[in-house]
Amino acid sequence: MADLLSSLSLFHVALTLAAFAVGHWLQKKTRFPLCNPILIGAILVIGVLLLTDMDPKDYADGTEGLSWLLTPATICLAVPLYQQLKVLKKNLPAILIGIFAGAVASLIVVFFLCRLFSLDRQITVSLLPKSITSALGMELSEQNGGVPSLSLVVIILTGILGNLLGVTLCKILKLNDPISRGVAFGTSSHLGGTSKATELDALTGAVSSLSLVVAGIITTFLFPLVCKFL
Amino acid sequence: MKYIPQFAIILLFSFAGELLQALIPLPVPSAVYGMLLLLLALATGLLKEEKVADASSFLVSIIPLLFVAPAAKLLQFWDIIGPNAVAICVILVASTLVVFAVSGLVTKWLHKRKEERDNG
Repeated sequence: MADLLSSLSLFHVALTLAAFAVGHWLQKKTRFPLCNPILIGAILVIGVLLLTDMDPKDYADGTEGLSWLLTPATICLAVPLYQQLKVLKKNLPAILIGIFAGAVASLIVVFFLCRLFSLDRQITVSLLPKSITSALGMELSEQNGGVPSLSLVVIILTGILGNLLGVTLCKILKLNDPISRGVAFGTSSHLGGTSKATELDALTGAVSSLSLVVAGIITTFLFPLVCKFL
Repeated sequence: MKYIPQFAIILLFSFAGELLQALIPLPVPSAVYGMLLLLLALATGLLKEEKVADASSFLVSIIPLLFVAPAAKLLQFWDIIGPNAVAICVILVASTLVVFAVSGLVTKWLHKRKEERDNG
């Protein structure tokens, strides 16, 4: 049975779409951030692979066509970035410096904590991009010898954490204005945080989605420097 | 049909990004180059936003779907991740809190300073 299904060219793509659809439906129904459609989708796929004894490599090959779309899709983030840059011109210096500080802090803190726990190079490289958006973080991880799928899961969990704790953190840190709130959400927890920021108000959401893209770009250029110390 | 020329433009920028990645000896994802090129084209007015708006919002909206397959690959790496799961979780939580605080507080401080200067 598994052999027959694996041999059908669209089975793996169909499985992925179905698993994602279930995750998406669950998130809409429960409105709980941990019901992330990517995580639920991946868990369902893993379940199907284990149950049917299907080769994970066949699945990876079968979904190759989907991952091809990732680069063009990531590039399209430039369009909302362009729209937000127009609106946020006046506050840009404060926003950019704030993002830069956050991106540097992220790399330094992760680097030293990995040292503290004496994690090896492969895992450290996988954890370093944890605060930036998945498409960029996964590729940075892959290019520098990390495990892209570990980076991805850590990145998604970071987004969920920012989504869950962000509002409380804003209260504790007394971040009251949309500009600093947006930078904190977007820089620390990319899309997961941004979806919460958008719920707070439109300006916070716009600043957050600008921050997630800019933080990703800044981290990309700082990454090779940090890797030199590994 | 309006999507086809828009997709073509986006693919052109993806391709230009890959070309730059091949030419510049830095471990920077080709998507970053492509993104910066597209941003530049929009900012200089070379490319009107409407020329890519529909296809790009469609592509951005399907990004989460594209991550299901890579996330499922985690299964194959469980033997190196499992023993370090606790450390990974601690790092995850601690660094997220620090980044949230640092980026938020730095921005707040600069933003406040600017407003005070503008008003006084």
